[in-house]
Amino acid sequence: MNAAGFPLLSLLTFLPLAGAIAILTLRGDDKVTAENARWTALWTSLIVFALSLILWFRFDKADPGFQFVERLDWLSEFGITYHMGVDGISVLFILLSTLLTPICILASWESITTRVREYMVAFLVLETMMVGMFAALDFIVFYVFFEGVLIPMFLIIGVWGGKRRVYASFKFFLYTLLGSVLMLLAILLLWFRAGTTDIPELMRHAIPAGLQTWIFLAFFASFAVKVPMWPFHTWLPDAHVEAPTAGSVILAGVLLKMGAYGFLRFSLPMLPHASADFAPFIYALSIIAVVYTSLVALAQEDMKKLIAYSSVAHMGIVTLGIFTFSVQGLSGALYTMLSHGIVSGALFLCVGVLYDRVHSREIARYGGVAKIMPAYALVFMLFTMASVALPGLAGFPGELLVIVAAWKVNGWVAFGAAMGMILGAAYALFLYKRVAFGRITRDDLRGLLDMSPREHAVFAPLVILAVWMGVYPQSFLSFFEASVTALVVRHEAALGAARLAGM
Amino acid sequence: MLVGAVFFPLLGASIAGLFGRWIGDRAAQAATILCMVLAAICGLAAFWQVAMGHAPTTIEIVTFLDVGGFEVSWALRYDALSAVMVGMVTLISTLIHIYSVGYMSHDPDRPRFFAYLSLFTFMMLMLVTADNLVQLFFGWEGVGLASYLLIGFWYEKESACAAAMKAFIVNRVGDLFFMLGLALTFWTFGSVEFSAIFGAIEQHKDATFAGLPAYEVICVLLFLGACGKSAQLGLHTWLPDAMEGPTPVSALIHAATMVTAGVFLVARMSPVFEWAPTALALVTVVGASTALFAATIGCVQNDIKRIIAYSTCSQLGYMFFAAGVGAYQGAIFHLFTHAFFKALLFLGAGSVIHAMSDEQDIRRMGGIWRKIPMTYAVMWIGSLALAGVPFFAGYYSKDFVLEAAFAAHSAVGFYAFAAGLLAAFLTAFYSWRLIILTFHGVPRADHHTMEHVHESPMSMLAPLMVLAVGAITVGAVFKDEFIGHHWEQFWNGAIVNAPHNHIMHAVHEVPSWVPLAPTVVGLAGIALAYILYMLAPSIPGKLASSFGGLYRFLLNKWYFDELYDAIFVRPARALARVLWQKVDAGMIDGVPNGAAGLAADVAQGAVRIQTGRVANYAFVMIAGLAIFVTVLVFGAAR
Repeated sequence: MNAAGFPLLSLLTFLPLAGAIAILTLRGDDKVTAENARWTALWTSLIVFALSLILWFRFDKADPGFQFVERLDWLSEFGITYHMGVDGISVLFILLSTLLTPICILASWESITTRVREYMVAFLVLETMMVGMFAALDFIVFYVFFEGVLIPMFLIIGVWGGKRRVYASFKFFLYTLLGSVLMLLAILLLWFRAGTTDIPELMRHAIPAGLQTWIFLAFFASFAVKVPMWPFHTWLPDAHVEAPTAGSVILAGVLLKMGAYGFLRFSLPMLPHASADFAPFIYALSIIAVVYTSLVALAQEDMKKLIAYSSVAHMGIVTLGIFTFSVQGLSGALYTMLSHGIVSGALFLCVGVLYDRVHSREIARYGGVAKIMPAYALVFMLFTMASVALPGLAGFPGELLVIVAAWKVNGWVAFGAAMGMILGAAYALFLYKRVAFGRITRDDLRGLLDMSPREHAVFAPLVILAVWMGVYPQSFLSFFEASVTALVVRHEAALGAARLAGM
Repeated sequence: MLVGAVFFPLLGASIAGLFGRWIGDRAAQAATILCMVLAAICGLAAFWQVAMGHAPTTIEIVTFLDVGGFEVSWALRYDALSAVMVGMVTLISTLIHIYSVGYMSHDPDRPRFFAYLSLFTFMMLMLVTADNLVQLFFGWEGVGLASYLLIGFWYEKESACAAAMKAFIVNRVGDLFFMLGLALTFWTFGSVEFSAIFGAIEQHKDATFAGLPAYEVICVLLFLGACGKSAQLGLHTWLPDAMEGPTPVSALIHAATMVTAGVFLVARMSPVFEWAPTALALVTVVGASTALFAATIGCVQNDIKRIIAYSTCSQLGYMFFAAGVGAYQGAIFHLFTHAFFKALLFLGAGSVIHAMSDEQDIRRMGGIWRKIPMTYAVMWIGSLALAGVPFFAGYYSKDFVLEAAFAAHSAVGFYAFAAGLLAAFLTAFYSWRLIILTFHGVPRADHHTMEHVHESPMSMLAPLMVLAVGAITVGAVFKDEFIGHHWEQFWNGAIVNAPHNHIMHAVHEVPSWVPLAPTVVGLAGIALAYILYMLAPSIPGKLASSFGGLYRFLLNKWYFDELYDAIFVRPARALARVLWQKVDAGMIDGVPNGAAGLAADVAQGAVRIQTGRVANYAFVMIAGLAIFVTVLVFGAAR
């Protein structure tokens, strides 16, 4: 059937859902239920993660095509099948999702005290949606998961969020849904033309250049909001600020990758001409994102908001890399997506550590934390530096590759992207200085405890990954090399064929 | 052995940094020092084997990344240039580790301090042994990180945190250009590995980028990167502020090793620079200007460490203009000797500060030379070497650098020679101003401090003595190898002079007054300082008041900080605020919020129509009917 010998991807997708149903059947005393829900959720997600490691070991890096493929008839009279599979582009994102979910559940262990059962259900459903989205090879299946992600996230922000949670969750939901509606129209159009929604088949289906523009715009409306690209980013800071810590981690770690993944999976292979035509426009938006949001981050007074804006800047690097259409650029973009998933997730967890103790996200509320929480200060410094793309940590290889690729396009584009190096250092160090350095001015900070064993367990895998990704990036880059190369070759061939036809 | 020289410091840093709290201060110190001693043994052996034994080698470790032809590996490249640096860095770093035992003995955070020092050493070694530009950048940024952590070591001090941030961010400005230079190097040569680049110099000589020769653009970009790290004019502002860190840090990072990374980069890339004459001219002009500019400021500063910091800045200028006229060997030689005497001066200053109960202002010192004779002696040795007095280490290298500038026979060369000569005079002047104000005259410190003045412990004096021996001898011992008769065998292709560059021979054919000139102006500077501060101590005050404008201009460091604050820092922060509150919250977020508001308003309006009163509905029905009939009738009539 496939390399694993059993329907691995479906299992990864729906096992969390089974766990969620199991949790829903729990009955009894509130406290006992909460405890059982926590453990059930943790074990479910750990088992899923362990299973997903099969992907890491059994994935054939030399094969650019889809692997672990599953296909079932679903609505075959309409040309829609249940089709799952991964290639080099998507495989590591499934691992990222399955890794971050147990970490999030562990991070919420003590900070979530109300409606624990429902919270854990929401997280497991979220995991189903995320994994399903990255594994889907049918556009309709993809769309279901893509939109399905919104529902648990909407609930997580809206129920367990901060003070303005209702505003933030509605903004998040409506904003992202609005873009997706246009994408649905584009999907319908493609379906009418090709008679199928199978993604590999659609990739082979040629679309006239004029139509490509319109479909590209419809996709763009959906993906640009999800990324988010400037100027569609304002839902993100609000959503992050109001979301509970674990919600922010998933939001930054995985949900932000969905837009860029969409560009890579659909826009580039299916719409090569429109992508090439719109590239300068994307460069402009990306560079504005890098410079503008970095500046805005500099002025923030709320820790989570600052990190949220920095995410937008990093996503600017990602979109820039994708639209350079070179192997370095695409690999750099993918690498930045992965490293950002680890690093910004970890940074939100760092904020969460302080928030759990002091219940404030205001930067001015802190100062001198390094003195009382040395282990925490070390971890926070590590991820701050990884976010600044210090060589030797996770952020660097991606940024390096994107800047190198951008230089090939245009020196000024590279310069704009590299501006993020300076501004990124400025806002990140400014944050760190105000939180960790300085003299302790508030007495209640003196009594804070350093990280607990549970928190060490939460951070340990992220620290290991951040260093590993920085020191030996080839072990990750080798996963997407074949797929990315194939994508670039096909993109150039499509453009070349059109150029020949035009002569 | 070659690997050990680089990785022992990392081991030490990991032990002290990760386990320092459990194993205790003493064990952490001992572990880092032991690792450093092992590294120094390996480093000196490497120097002996690779540089003196002419056996360059490269050790491949593992592929870092390989994406579409962009191939980078972790590898240690040992040739004469890196062996010189490895030997020097491990030796000086070990001495400074030992010195720190005494200097930091009262600090509660010693494991952290030693971990940072060792981490820095590791990063510096990665930088100098890099086999490609990416690994060099790894070390480059790594030393920046260590420097940031060490400047901000006393993080409860607001000024230390600010200085640390400034150092990192100003360095990042340079790094941006480094990164762009790296990108262009890749697209020009198809590789960022040194051996591949240097092997393909001939093929790509005519490559252009945006209409300009690609080599020139690469070299200018890399030089701008070097300016950041090596504190050259324009990007120098972080270096004096970096003196907020503990003194051993200043000696190790901000004098002997890290700041010379820029010079190292230019020397390392010499095969490319040789074909970029415009870039070299830029290097010469910037270097010469920095040498003079920093020396002028050094003459009026009052903080003992800042004076030496400006002196470092100025000496780095010498190294750059030497490289700029093509005498990279001279630049590295000066780098090498400078490491010894500048580390000596800084550690000596640390010993003074230690003795004076953490006082750094030379206006509140004086009259202590009898109480701390050893420190006094080594400060003399360091200053003599710095001023280029014959037969001390600095004499050989500085003379060579100035002769090379003269021998270049170009306009920029003569400018560098003139600026360098003038700076040599000022260097001697401010060095003796420092010595006289610090050690001689009547004591100006308060009674309490004076009672506590004491010579430093042996752990501090021993490294000082080793460095003093170095400051006296390394010039004479190594001059034949570095710049003398054997230079071609010694460098063994690690530094390349293009066929059209005859500077290494031309140096020996300068007029006979040129080698004498630095010595003469040096002695004149010493004499002037002696007259002004020893014989007639009232004159400097009068001069300062009669040339008030100039004095304040120099005292305020040419107002660079104020200028940058006004044109970069404050506008950026104001812009940040405007972008956030006006553009982001107002305009961009205004659209969805406005749309939501509009939808709500429309819904409100629709609600108002449905009043529920039958009369209203009836009226609307009749009015509608009337309009409908009217339209029908008139429409039909037409």
